[in-house]
Amino acid sequence: MSEVRVLVGTRKGAFVLTSDAKREQWDVSGPHFAGWEIYHFKGSPADPSRLYVSQSTGWFGQLIQRSNDGGKTWEPMGNQFKYDGVPGTHQWYDGTPHPWEFKRVWHLEPSLTDPDTVYAGVEDAALFRSNDGAQTWQELAGLRGHGSGPRWQPGAGGMCLHTIILDPDNPQRIFIAISAAGAFRTDDGGETWRPINRGLKSQYIPDPDAEVGHCVHHIAMHPSRPNTLFMQKHWDVMRSDDSGDSWQEVSGNLPTDFGFAIDVHAHEPETIYVVPIKSDSEHFPPDGKLRVFRSRTGGNEWEPLTKGLPQSDCYVNVLRDAMAVDSLDSCGIYFGTTGGQVYASANAGENWAPIVRDLPAVLSVEVQTLP
Amino acid sequence: MIRVVLPAHLRTLAHVKGDVVLEVDGEVTQRSVLDALEASYPMLRGTIRDHDTQQRRGFVRFFACEQDLSHESPDTPLPEAVATGAEPFFVIGAIAGG
Repeated sequence: MSEVRVLVGTRKGAFVLTSDAKREQWDVSGPHFAGWEIYHFKGSPADPSRLYVSQSTGWFGQLIQRSNDGGKTWEPMGNQFKYDGVPGTHQWYDGTPHPWEFKRVWHLEPSLTDPDTVYAGVEDAALFRSNDGAQTWQELAGLRGHGSGPRWQPGAGGMCLHTIILDPDNPQRIFIAISAAGAFRTDDGGETWRPINRGLKSQYIPDPDAEVGHCVHHIAMHPSRPNTLFMQKHWDVMRSDDSGDSWQEVSGNLPTDFGFAIDVHAHEPETIYVVPIKSDSEHFPPDGKLRVFRSRTGGNEWEPLTKGLPQSDCYVNVLRDAMAVDSLDSCGIYFGTTGGQVYASANAGENWAPIVRDLPAVLSVEVQTLP
Repeated sequence: MIRVVLPAHLRTLAHVKGDVVLEVDGEVTQRSVLDALEASYPMLRGTIRDHDTQQRRGFVRFFACEQDLSHESPDTPLPEAVATGAEPFFVIGAIAGG
């Protein structure tokens, strides 16, 4: 019988939640790496027993942990992220030049085909790759070096490269996103990059249609349609059907189009999920109601999903990497909150229940569907 | 013989309990002690001092013999009591964040 393993990163450690395919009874393991911030925790699609963790604190810096046995044992791996060449400068919050400085790894994206290859998105924004199971890391410097780097600036959470999407049909193509620079694409395996932000409009930058400077919060893709991308921008939910060459707004009837998380149903590539958040100055759900909104039409037409979610006095946030789906039939949807709850729906969002209620603030949620 | 006391998170990371005992060749300085520590426990590289610059991380402090040695040159000899093992060299996570 299939098993589901939910990998949860929090402000104070990692947790592993497991269940059989019914997804009714859950076993909770953790905290692993207690006391450390776990920005991201993800398994290899090529070998589900291979797990990678980004572990950090302000005191002792960045660590990368690897498990080869599904999380039973862990080994610290290479934690040296050295920018290629002279790092140069980007814009600081006040618009002055600021030197590139490594702070932490926000996102780890294991290769779709090789368990030893993994990508790391870091703050200050850059993309690194390891081909030896995270022992050593090399920057894909063409991203920072393509020309617009000196104009990138940090979002409120830092200048982070937080989204990495590998194209399952084209191993040379990678999409990434940076707050607050925008989305970028390579078609040559990471050698060269170009911004893919045409159609994004951001009122908080001098030129709302600028090539870079957009605060992209997250991007999702269905593996069967790698040319279609869904984006939760700072404000606005967007979609692209040409691999990011152009974007159209699909916020439609959402109560607010601010938010962080966005994901796609495992079996329905036009069914997408967001968690609307009131605004950039009030990082909680509108009206104190925690609602997931689902569109079955690839955007524009949205319905609230509320059964089992708190509908009064709820003021948590759902961060950009804190939503994931399993690949069972029917599709399971999962998300974690800054209040420490991890909610699961085993029926595509119709009904929800908390797996856990009192974890530290949840930073990331990933799901593995195991045979 | 040098005794080093690590903060709890780094003891967990290095899989050690209690003091770390090191042999240091030559002069006993912050640099030689940390070099020996990282040679014995490579998982600690980058957690106490920066990989490249070898500068102490901002929220890490070094204490010994009731003195704060954090701002001493890394090549200044440590107190004799540390060099003989009579007193430990403390790596401290600075109190921050309330």
